[in-house]
Amino acid sequence: MSQTFAAQGLNAYAGDAHAVQDVSVSFAAGQLSAVIGPNGAGKSTLLRAMLGLTPPHSGAVELLGQPLAAWTRTERARQLAYLAQTEALPLDAQVRDIVALGRGAGEWKWGLFPVRPWSEEDEAAVLDAMTRTDTLAFAERRISELSGGEAQRAALARALAARPHFLILDEPTNHLDLAYALDVMRYLRAEVDRGVGVIAVLHDLNLAARADHLVLLHGGRVLAAGTPAQVLTPQNLQAAYGVRVEVVQAGERLVIVPVE
Amino acid sequence: MGLNSGGLALLVTLVLALMGAVVLGVAVGSVPIPPGEVLDTVLRGLSGNLREEDVIIWDIRLPRVVMAVLVGACLSVCGGAFQGVFRNPLADPYLLGVASGAAVGATAGLLLDLPRGLIPLLAMLTALGAVAVTLLLGRSGRRYPPTRLILAGVVVGSFLSAVTTFLIMRGEDRAREVLAYTLGDLSFASWADIAQVLPYALLGCGALLALGRALDLLQLGDLTAASLGLPVEKLRLLVIVAASLATAAAVSYTGIIGFVGLIVPHTVRLIWGPSYRTLLPISALAGGLLLVLADLLARTTPLYQVGIVTTLLGGPFFLYLLRRVRV
Repeated sequence: MSQTFAAQGLNAYAGDAHAVQDVSVSFAAGQLSAVIGPNGAGKSTLLRAMLGLTPPHSGAVELLGQPLAAWTRTERARQLAYLAQTEALPLDAQVRDIVALGRGAGEWKWGLFPVRPWSEEDEAAVLDAMTRTDTLAFAERRISELSGGEAQRAALARALAARPHFLILDEPTNHLDLAYALDVMRYLRAEVDRGVGVIAVLHDLNLAARADHLVLLHGGRVLAAGTPAQVLTPQNLQAAYGVRVEVVQAGERLVIVPVE
Repeated sequence: MGLNSGGLALLVTLVLALMGAVVLGVAVGSVPIPPGEVLDTVLRGLSGNLREEDVIIWDIRLPRVVMAVLVGACLSVCGGAFQGVFRNPLADPYLLGVASGAAVGATAGLLLDLPRGLIPLLAMLTALGAVAVTLLLGRSGRRYPPTRLILAGVVVGSFLSAVTTFLIMRGEDRAREVLAYTLGDLSFASWADIAQVLPYALLGCGALLALGRALDLLQLGDLTAASLGLPVEKLRLLVIVAASLATAAAVSYTGIIGFVGLIVPHTVRLIWGPSYRTLLPISALAGGLLLVLADLLARTTPLYQVGIVTTLLGGPFFLYLLRRVRV
């Protein structure tokens, strides 16, 4: 069984815009993959189409070697956890209750009525997700009482509570200060080390340089894919962003510096 | 997700208050009846040993109070479910035009001198028709986007209100009668009416109560909820159909009682928290309590009708609560 989440010749629309054009990508389990590219490159639409949240116009999506359509809605939700760009957490809800919603994917009668009672395994998964995101300390607090960084960690815990095979995040470090952004990257790396395939849309190229695998999108197409060293070249970045950059080796990581 | 001890104590208080209010509602009237006798009569009625003098309690006062509980519970559960499914704090059960639809039917029925028994049926038909039109206008492809639905509901509601006003103007001499019917009135409630409303109320509210967890998931947003395996569009349609059935039945038999469906779920949310698994069942209890008390006030003060009481007192009470409780 191939441990990948992959798309072949995928086309998808965002409204009327042909946002994803003939994209073929493959994300592996146990790897940190980052999808990068300028605004409007089709990053969010690609992920949503792969998740089946936006019906793809054409092309094939495969999860662990099986066509996505072959998975039931419930199984799919268990394998693929998604953290949207703006996760609308209800402000008056407690953190623990939000995280527990991450267990939502279960056997539901007609997909609507929960028929599965809350189990020990559910409880353990929620506790585990909160431990791994350091949110246990404010489990009883309401979302409205959290800082932006804490709220994002709560949202991450919600996604982890499903114990997914792949974790798909749309700009998880958006609006976060550097320290919080690095925290998020640390949590994501810890998941990768446990064998989870993490796929994140990232705006900050210097954070993206920490990934194992990069996909650079431009105008709805894949401009480059591979290791950071293969993708983060001045030529590729100039072609995608229209900005001249210098790529500097700093320790074991690459650093991107605009020179205009 | 369970309630903490404070929440549990308040819930027990609520249940006791509801039971007390029911007894009080039956006891108070032109001839006061001691609470003990109310209980005796109810027990006799339930065991089928009614005496001749029990008629006042069993056939006149009790149905009115039971109907108040039923309709209060219905409107509150439906209002809460609508607030959840539209993720809109201003949502109430009348959002999609069910009330204006019922008003048109009831007004037309009264002015056409239809038999009294047929009027609620006509009102229910027009109420559900109004929701159907709203759904048709609000749909976009195979989806029902909340904002479009709300706007369509406003348009359908305004249009039908204009039709009702036009009908009332034409039947000028009977305006008071029509107004009394549409403004919310429990004074005609009978066991037969309750038997008509009950199936829809049980079916509609029962479905909504079972959807508590789905509604909780929906609070994370459509995309996230869908990624968690929730069929979002199906849920939205199911909630609308279930709530519309229950609401249409309630308003067709008792008129358009305002504000209950808006403020009760909010009040419950402030006290017991936002989870729809607790919010909807507690709203049913609180809504029943509120409507029994409001009807009691309507009967014993010159406020005439329960619909006037709920709207007149509900708003200020809610504002008071908003200021008292920290959100």
